[in-house]
Amino acid sequence: MSINQSGWRPEMNAGTGNAAPTFTGNKALMLEEALIFEIGSAETTGVDFADRGEIGASNKLGGLFRDKAIGLPGLAEPEAVRHYTRLSRQNYAIDLGLFPLGSCTMKHNPRLNEKMARLPGFSDVHPLAPVDTVQGALEVIHQLSHWLVTLTGMTSVAMSPKAGAHGELCGILAIKAALAKRGEVDRKVILVPESAHGTNPATAAFAGFKVEDIPATADGRVDTAALTARLGPDVAGVMITNPNTCGLFERDLKTISDAVHAAGGYVYCDGANFNAIVGRVRPGDLGVDAMHINLHKTFSTPHGGGGPGSGPVVFSEALTPFAPLPFVEKQGEQFVLVEEETAGEHHAGSFGRMVAFHGQMGMFTRALTYILSHGADGLRQVAEDAVLNANYVLRSLEGSLDALFAGSGPCMHEAIFSDANLAEGFSTLDVAKGLIDEGFHPMTVYFPLVVHGAMLVEPTETESKAALDQFIGALRSVAERAKAGDVSLKSAPHFAPRSRLDETLAARKPVLVWKDAVLAQAAE
Amino acid sequence: MRYLPLTQPDRDAMLGVIGAATIDDLFIDVPESARLDGPVHGLPNHASELAVERHMTALARKNVVAGEVPFFLGAGAYRHHVPASVDHLIQRGEFLTAYTPYQPEIAQGTLQMLFEFQTQVARLLGTDVANASMYDGSTACWEAIGMARRITRRGKAILSGGLHPHYVSVARTMAKYTGDALETSTPTLTAETDIDALIAAIDGDTSCVVVQYPDILGRIADLTPLADACHANKALLIAVVTEPVALGAIKSPGEMDADIVVGEGQSLGVGLQFGGPYVGLFGCKDKYVRQMPGRLCGETVDADGKRGFVLTLSTREQHIRREKATSNICTNSGLCALAFSVHMTLLGEKGLRQLAAINHVGAAAAAERLAKVPGVELVTDTFFNEFTLKLPVEARPVVRTLADRGILAGVSLGRLYPDEAGLANGLIVAVTETTTAEDVETFAAALQEVLA
Repeated sequence: MSINQSGWRPEMNAGTGNAAPTFTGNKALMLEEALIFEIGSAETTGVDFADRGEIGASNKLGGLFRDKAIGLPGLAEPEAVRHYTRLSRQNYAIDLGLFPLGSCTMKHNPRLNEKMARLPGFSDVHPLAPVDTVQGALEVIHQLSHWLVTLTGMTSVAMSPKAGAHGELCGILAIKAALAKRGEVDRKVILVPESAHGTNPATAAFAGFKVEDIPATADGRVDTAALTARLGPDVAGVMITNPNTCGLFERDLKTISDAVHAAGGYVYCDGANFNAIVGRVRPGDLGVDAMHINLHKTFSTPHGGGGPGSGPVVFSEALTPFAPLPFVEKQGEQFVLVEEETAGEHHAGSFGRMVAFHGQMGMFTRALTYILSHGADGLRQVAEDAVLNANYVLRSLEGSLDALFAGSGPCMHEAIFSDANLAEGFSTLDVAKGLIDEGFHPMTVYFPLVVHGAMLVEPTETESKAALDQFIGALRSVAERAKAGDVSLKSAPHFAPRSRLDETLAARKPVLVWKDAVLAQAAE
Repeated sequence: MRYLPLTQPDRDAMLGVIGAATIDDLFIDVPESARLDGPVHGLPNHASELAVERHMTALARKNVVAGEVPFFLGAGAYRHHVPASVDHLIQRGEFLTAYTPYQPEIAQGTLQMLFEFQTQVARLLGTDVANASMYDGSTACWEAIGMARRITRRGKAILSGGLHPHYVSVARTMAKYTGDALETSTPTLTAETDIDALIAAIDGDTSCVVVQYPDILGRIADLTPLADACHANKALLIAVVTEPVALGAIKSPGEMDADIVVGEGQSLGVGLQFGGPYVGLFGCKDKYVRQMPGRLCGETVDADGKRGFVLTLSTREQHIRREKATSNICTNSGLCALAFSVHMTLLGEKGLRQLAAINHVGAAAAAERLAKVPGVELVTDTFFNEFTLKLPVEARPVVRTLADRGILAGVSLGRLYPDEAGLANGLIVAVTETTTAEDVETFAAALQEVLA
């Protein structure tokens, strides 16, 4: 029986063939860490309260005092710090190296952003405080709005959507409201090209529209002829991603927008990849009616292992009257918060409120800090370096991996490869897991669906040439092994905190909360 | 441009490898008419770290910091003390700058934390399972209504008058495209909650009843009869908790047989932040897991048989073949979930119960003191750390006047319900462990002066 210092016995790592098992289950600095439910106790706490109030007989709880145990283990502060620090070491992060997830965009997170967001004047302010007492917070929203509207060449911006996908809902709702105002509720079809983000059709379907696919051409772009041919009185609009998920600029977007408008529809643009064109192209000049901007992608707010995000939506003049509440407006020297549809005639068309308060204020502060640090000149350089880095990766790897669209013109922010020239029996997944052993987070795999066995690499503008050369060397090596049929790749990763995890088992027999092993056995 | 590492010689060398003469050659697919020939006009160029810090600090100074004044605001967002180690830990780069755990072998830190979070949330809410967080409480509430529609195949949701009016607004917005019929009402300034009226409204078309606990005025009511009435009519009970600290003192909605419990987790670890980012909590009964929205982390084993964690049941999400997805969710509030979870781990059962007790005892004392101000009436008989006062005049201008005197006095019902004249005199007051006895005295004295 081997017991580590926490008293928890990790499963022994026997029979992997990689290394001899250790007494504790730990491997040098790679430490196994038990769950808080296995090491904490109901009697332990890591906080001190000066005043130990007790709920007496005269309480106001309406007879609903919680008398049964809740089952929440506590850790003393040193135990908690160690627990979470150890867990953190089992994570890959942009602070450790390149995070080449295409269409997800992870770039350096400047710590100045964090410092500014934590100023008590921003972090310790209540959303319902009297507006006279929160003028600075409203001014942050106002300034950021000005940048977003100006950079995109649009008319207005809705700041409240909580994430990119939430922004998509916002745009689609504005389109729905505009059509209702025109009395054209029979427009029930949204066209979504195959080169669009996966959330786009999910959003449109969710919003009650019928989704119709528009095929991609052989060169990875929207089939413009097919799209324009489909336009008609039943089409509410199109959702198009530009630059698209094949990493290419949709050359015909202006032509498409003109045709959609002529047919009475609206153009939604997924702006997740705006960092590739910021400062070089204004989507408003391409006829876009609504576009969300993922602040964490283009303007670097940390994603924290899955969020928070923030997805402001910019609107054309046509959709501006339908934007959601609340709005920040400047009246004289005063910033005001418009929270009600009834507040003024020009807000009467608003489709309403999307979230309880004003959106992701903490993300706005970070994004504005990042934007001011770059300025107009720096943001243009962002796009140029993002595109330069992606094309450098594309050209450097096209000899080793199948670069399907290498002849379709320069890529924008991301480079796409397929599994076409891997050896029989080797998959994109094997390449990805092999890359883990080389110390890199893999690229996005199996997306977009339009490319078989897709590998989508997005380096971003915050990578140096040296970092790219390291990554290119590693990916080239893994690709060559997959082409040569090196079977050790099939069981990769070998040097990560875990070897390949059984995702099928997790889905078939979901275990979503911890249950005491003894209790779980008794239940079976 | 300190965040851009490429040097000009790097750029030239890379263009050479690509075979392009200039950077403009990489933008040839942009139509000529849409190309900008230089930085966007009317916006300033880049600034030094020092200059940016000065600019942002000046903006921050224009706000009144909650912690620096007597502070009594609640109504869906609460000021609690967050232990220093919480913010320290979430700023570790391996948590802060990690992406969604799409490659589980090198994301076990995030995944194990989410598994622990799910378990903590489920136990707190009293549900069988919980997900890995939503955007916030209001969107979680709307998602719960959508989930009830999918489960019951009925399209009428009954929303309690005690539900936060902003949550009602969000549900109303979303109903514009889901087609759900919403039955809503407004609260009355009485000690009575609307449980009996809700029970009476349930019929064969009802998918769910949504009730807040404690409600917007702070009142607490036993949900058991409502749960029974819902189940007798094959409808679901959805309970909304905007102050999770309360569940350290009062029975969880799950214990009273709620089917879905959602909440706003901001109180623990996250901070006020002028409204976001926050963290939505979402739990439900086991039998409804496959209809639950959002991300889920599940336990599994790796190829060597070691325990590990992965994102799971994602076929409900955008990953599935496009329009078949029941949700377009592409994110959760991972970092806020971490903050919540670390704070909860530091508290533990013992600390949470102490914290809840301090909140309740403090609120009871404050309610008693404030009700002694001439003309002021305490409306709520039952409450946790938030209660409602009825003033002899409209509360909204009183709040403004007190703000001018450096007291953030609470949330007026007039701000939340501008069209309800009958609620205009109501003032919601929240008291937490951060509120001192001196704060209460200052507030009471100033209120007495203003009302005199």
